[in-house]
Amino acid sequence: MDPKHASPGTRSPLLQVDGVTLAFGGVKALSGVSFDVAPGSITAVIGPNGAGKTSLFNTISGFYHPTSGSVRYQGQDITRLPAPKRARMGLGRSFQNIALFRGMTVLDNIKLGRHAHLKSNVLDALFYLGRARREEAELRAEIEERIIDFLEIDHIRHAPVSALSYGLQKRVEMARALAMQPEILMLDEPVAGMNREETEDMARFILDVRAEWGVTVLMVEHDMGMVMDLSDHVVVLNFGQVIAQGDPATVQANPEVIRAYLGSGDVGDLRRKLHATTEVA
Amino acid sequence: MRIGTLKESYIADAALFDSRTQKVWLAIAAALLLLFPFMASDYWLYLACLVSINVASATGLNILTGYTGLVSLGQAAFMGLGAYTVAILQINVGSPFLLNILAGGFVAMLGGLIVGIPSLRVKGLYLAIATIAASFIAHFLFANMKFTGGTGGLALPPASLFGLVLDTSFRLYWVIVPVTVLMLLGAANLFRTRVGRAFIAIRDRDISAEVLGIPLLRYKLLSFGLSSFYAGVAGGLWAYFFRVVTPESFPLLMSIFFLAAIIVGGMGTILGGILGAVFMTMVPELLKLVFDLLPDSTSLTVYLSPVRTIIFGLLIIGFLVFEPHGLAEVWRRIRRFFHLWPFRN
Amino acid sequence: MDWAYLFEISLTGIASGGLYALAALAFVMVYKATRVVNIAIGEMLMIGAYLFFTFASMLALPLWLAIPAAVLGAGLLGAVIERTMIRPLLGEPPISVFMVTVGLASVLVGLVEVIWTADQRRLPEFMPNQAIMIGDAFLAPKVFWGAVIAVVFIAAVLLVFRFWRGGVALRATASDQAAAYSMGINVPRVFSLAWVVSAMLAALSGIIVGSIGGISSSMGVFGLSVLVVVIVGGLDSVLGALVGGLCIGLVEALAGAYLGGEYKLLATFIVLVAILMVRPYGLFGTHEIERL
Repeated sequence: MDPKHASPGTRSPLLQVDGVTLAFGGVKALSGVSFDVAPGSITAVIGPNGAGKTSLFNTISGFYHPTSGSVRYQGQDITRLPAPKRARMGLGRSFQNIALFRGMTVLDNIKLGRHAHLKSNVLDALFYLGRARREEAELRAEIEERIIDFLEIDHIRHAPVSALSYGLQKRVEMARALAMQPEILMLDEPVAGMNREETEDMARFILDVRAEWGVTVLMVEHDMGMVMDLSDHVVVLNFGQVIAQGDPATVQANPEVIRAYLGSGDVGDLRRKLHATTEVA
Repeated sequence: MRIGTLKESYIADAALFDSRTQKVWLAIAAALLLLFPFMASDYWLYLACLVSINVASATGLNILTGYTGLVSLGQAAFMGLGAYTVAILQINVGSPFLLNILAGGFVAMLGGLIVGIPSLRVKGLYLAIATIAASFIAHFLFANMKFTGGTGGLALPPASLFGLVLDTSFRLYWVIVPVTVLMLLGAANLFRTRVGRAFIAIRDRDISAEVLGIPLLRYKLLSFGLSSFYAGVAGGLWAYFFRVVTPESFPLLMSIFFLAAIIVGGMGTILGGILGAVFMTMVPELLKLVFDLLPDSTSLTVYLSPVRTIIFGLLIIGFLVFEPHGLAEVWRRIRRFFHLWPFRN
Repeated sequence: MDWAYLFEISLTGIASGGLYALAALAFVMVYKATRVVNIAIGEMLMIGAYLFFTFASMLALPLWLAIPAAVLGAGLLGAVIERTMIRPLLGEPPISVFMVTVGLASVLVGLVEVIWTADQRRLPEFMPNQAIMIGDAFLAPKVFWGAVIAVVFIAAVLLVFRFWRGGVALRATASDQAAAYSMGINVPRVFSLAWVVSAMLAALSGIIVGSIGGISSSMGVFGLSVLVVVIVGGLDSVLGALVGGLCIGLVEALAGAYLGGEYKLLATFIVLVAILMVRPYGLFGTHEIERL
């Protein structure tokens, strides 16, 4: 979580996905997916709908166990490691369809992110005065100073999450992911459904998260402008397979990629169109 | 009207009773609880003890069903485990009364853990149905095992504490109510910590909860264990209160009673457990009162039990259709009204 | 090993299984259409039996009037139930509706006790009285004829589902009400229909069960066995109701004969727990997949 992790490319990869295949009965959601995530980088996973991006995230998170292949994190093989343990190791996550807990306030949702790192057990909890109270107060202080201020959500901290707008909910979800003390933050469509202003705010947060917290970012995103502006590395999925990866400019120019998104057509013309939209962004 | 409740530390913000008015009400309630036994008749003392036991058990069920979202129709069976443990220990071993209660809690907790083991694979209503099965199996065991006294059950001598024999409602009040208050406090504390938050997360979205770092099986078992511990303690108190424990003492209907109590009171709130238990315990008494007031009351008594059953069912249906968040929500609305008065919103 | 005895017991078991299957069908009907677990199915069965009792014994109507009257009366009750306590809870978590049916069970039991008292009653005889002998095995005539009637109705329902487009409508409304609406399916009408048909089937089942063992306000406990049947068969499977019914009927008969009457329900519940652990969606139920 400190800046010394911020320089990319000079160390071994933080996350290594190697030949991951995920099959449900006859359907292959992922086929031989391999890529690395360098520490301190911002990596984007893009691809048309149904390409397997969320399945990939779910496999890395531990919700799915791949049929073959491996996932290595911090040099360790975590392919069969249960999801809660992965969270403890620093795999933070936000979800495509907001997965906030509607029965809790914003503050409680964020505090929940820290669950894996807290120490109170049920007896501490029942008695409260003592370890649990101390832990809660420390947690609250840290969340207020580092996360709530950072994401500018202090005005809604006690609001029940169900009462918030979509954009604010997304921000709370980000806050919760940050509370997980992540080394790598996996954001599944962080700006989906947001307007221009909200998207720019979120983009700013993501860059700040990397700069101030030293967190590596892996994100699934559809907003090409954001992908091209923010990412160091782009991985393109289509039908569960990696069809291209590399820096944004290379990937953008890759005819396979263009074909996957836009269908076969005049590639030159489409490429110009793509450049035009990213220029505006 | 309530204006600007300023907190000066995070610890203060997390306190259970955070405003001056709340603390005053709390003091008044405590005073009432202390004075009550000296002013009340035997009948009201009996009711108070019964209400208290029900509050304790309802709170336990609320932890499991209201907060963790695991529907259970086995609360009565767990109480039964506690009651039988207490009865067997008191009759055969004569161990100290508080120890027996704790033992009752632990035996019930074990039962809860066993029932909770399938809760990872078996979800939602299937789990509810599994708890019905567990209820029946427990009933079968109570009725057919030798040391549980079979269908006749067990009769136990009264508890004694520091040489004083607890054989009146007055004396039992001084044990039952403080124990209940402690259990309520424990439950309220729980939801200020990570354990409570984990429970709520499991209720709201258990798969995401796991990815966020909460080991599901461990916490579901914890919830089962804790809630059945509460049930076991309540069952133990029940045994000392009624002094007779039979397999029919803890029927499926009682589990339904507790489920109804937390629905009526408000699932997922501590206050809901209290209000619901009080309400559901008092309704049959109120009904009896109404029946007594009607003309020709002696011939109508045969209708008391079925009418009670009907009202029971209507309460469940009525609250679910019209006030799904229960009495606690009604209370919150009243409070809001007074906080904002003389303004409307 | 007394094979003849085993055969006789099994026969009784299978026949009563047919009865379970009919009641289970009533349950599945509601679940298929509305995703509601109706724990009051046993009590709805009881109401049907009591309505028949009222029409046939108390009002002394002839059989050909009493039975349809009871069944239609139950259907009406089903419609009222759906409209007043099920429909308002559309969109609420399933546990809420489940609890409503728990409340409903209480209300029905209480009503029966108030109107007809808790005493056990006998229904008028309407089935042939001759003992049925299959080889050397004895089968109680009421059980046999009851099973026959049950099988006839199950077959009828299966055929209707197979050939009527309403069957698809039923499943559509269960899986996605909004989508079904936009497809032009009259969702509220389908809901009502499902509950009405379910109530009628339950009533029929109740009349038969009541004819065999008499009626009382605690008849609803039959519903617990039915619950096990549908879990074993699959909550939304008509075929499962049939197969599950036969299985549970057999299990109960064997348990009752070889272990003793008080072991019947225990055996049933042990089967339930086993199925929940091994195949929670039952033999033929559709597996619900959770998405993250």
